[in-house]
Amino acid sequence: MPDGTLLQRLLADDAGRLLDDWMREQLASTSLRRDLISETELRQQSADFLAAFREAVHRGGVQSVAGPEWTTVRDLLSSFSRSRAMQGFSPSDTARFVFSLKAPLFSRLREQAPPEQLGDETWTVSSLLDQLGLYTTEFFQKSREEVIARQQQELMELSTPVVKIWEGVVAVPLIGTLDSARTQVVMENLLARIVETSASVAIIDITGVPTVDTLVAQHLIKTVAAARLMGAECIISGIRPQIAQTIVHLGVVLENVTTKASLADAILMALRTTGFTVARVAPRS
Amino acid sequence: MERIPILKMGRFLLVTIQVDMHDRLALQLQDDLTERIVKDGARGVLIDISSLEIVDSFIGRVLGNIAAMSRVLDAETVVTGMQPAVAITLVELGLSLPGVRTALNVERGMELLQASLEREELATLEHDADPQG
Repeated sequence: MPDGTLLQRLLADDAGRLLDDWMREQLASTSLRRDLISETELRQQSADFLAAFREAVHRGGVQSVAGPEWTTVRDLLSSFSRSRAMQGFSPSDTARFVFSLKAPLFSRLREQAPPEQLGDETWTVSSLLDQLGLYTTEFFQKSREEVIARQQQELMELSTPVVKIWEGVVAVPLIGTLDSARTQVVMENLLARIVETSASVAIIDITGVPTVDTLVAQHLIKTVAAARLMGAECIISGIRPQIAQTIVHLGVVLENVTTKASLADAILMALRTTGFTVARVAPRS
Repeated sequence: MERIPILKMGRFLLVTIQVDMHDRLALQLQDDLTERIVKDGARGVLIDISSLEIVDSFIGRVLGNIAAMSRVLDAETVVTGMQPAVAITLVELGLSLPGVRTALNVERGMELLQASLEREELATLEHDADPQG
């Protein structure tokens, strides 16, 4: 079994030229995203990787990249992979970073390895790089999933703020499509805030809801009913003309729900019901 | 036998449910309450369910029924202090208790009953003053 001494020698001998060859290989690739990564940066990353790779081969086995000797290499690859995932590289672009090292390494192996060892050595290098490539791809995937999970979380938080308008009046400005999961979150947040602020009027503003179909209307009616059961009156505001037409055409019955065209109207009504009055104290300027 | 106490406060009856409702208890309450409304000539019933954490469709329906029966007996019913989880459950069960008035807490509920009683009395007075109108 090859112990990696030949690979070590290959990596150590004129490392500069190996880097040049590898860079040429990467730059020749048609799918290199020059708009996302500069040549200098790529060269820096490649040099760092080669140095770490050499160190790892020197210190430890060439059989597996899971050992502690490979920690530096793995960390480097993870950070490249993560930054590429954030920048919007495709998975194959990211994996090609490692795989493109094969060509220069193999050509050197062909020149320097004794013919009877060539097969074994090639196999070792190939499996090593394959493992690193897979690791990169896997990490790329993980980073992308993190991004998606974070965005989902942010969207959830963004979309369900319950704001206190006045003493006893809370409002939820809904933005985006309402599905069952979001309705549930909105409903829970709204009811919790009603308890917290002892609000007697809750305004649900749907200016930011792009379409209202029967399902969305159903969700709205449920929220209104739940708030009413808690003892708070609900007003739905921000109904655009198009949505008013859709609601009627769909045959959705909103008879028991107070609806207003604009949030301003809803706030005015909420203030009146809670016993406040709004008055202009200075003339219009 | 276990019973939920019914307290008389002026012209209103006050019921606070502080134990887990089971079916027999709910039906017992329905019996007792209708009896008491008639006996005391109550004009309003306040049911506080702030300690109630779990409801099922049966309890939800009994609550609705109690409210409907009280209305027949000319007493208004207010359910107060419903927990968010209970409200969500009832709505998901399709029981939005359309005929029942609700309030956030007992204080608000009392105000509500008081206000509707006063309104009613005012209407009666006006009617008496102007029998033709």
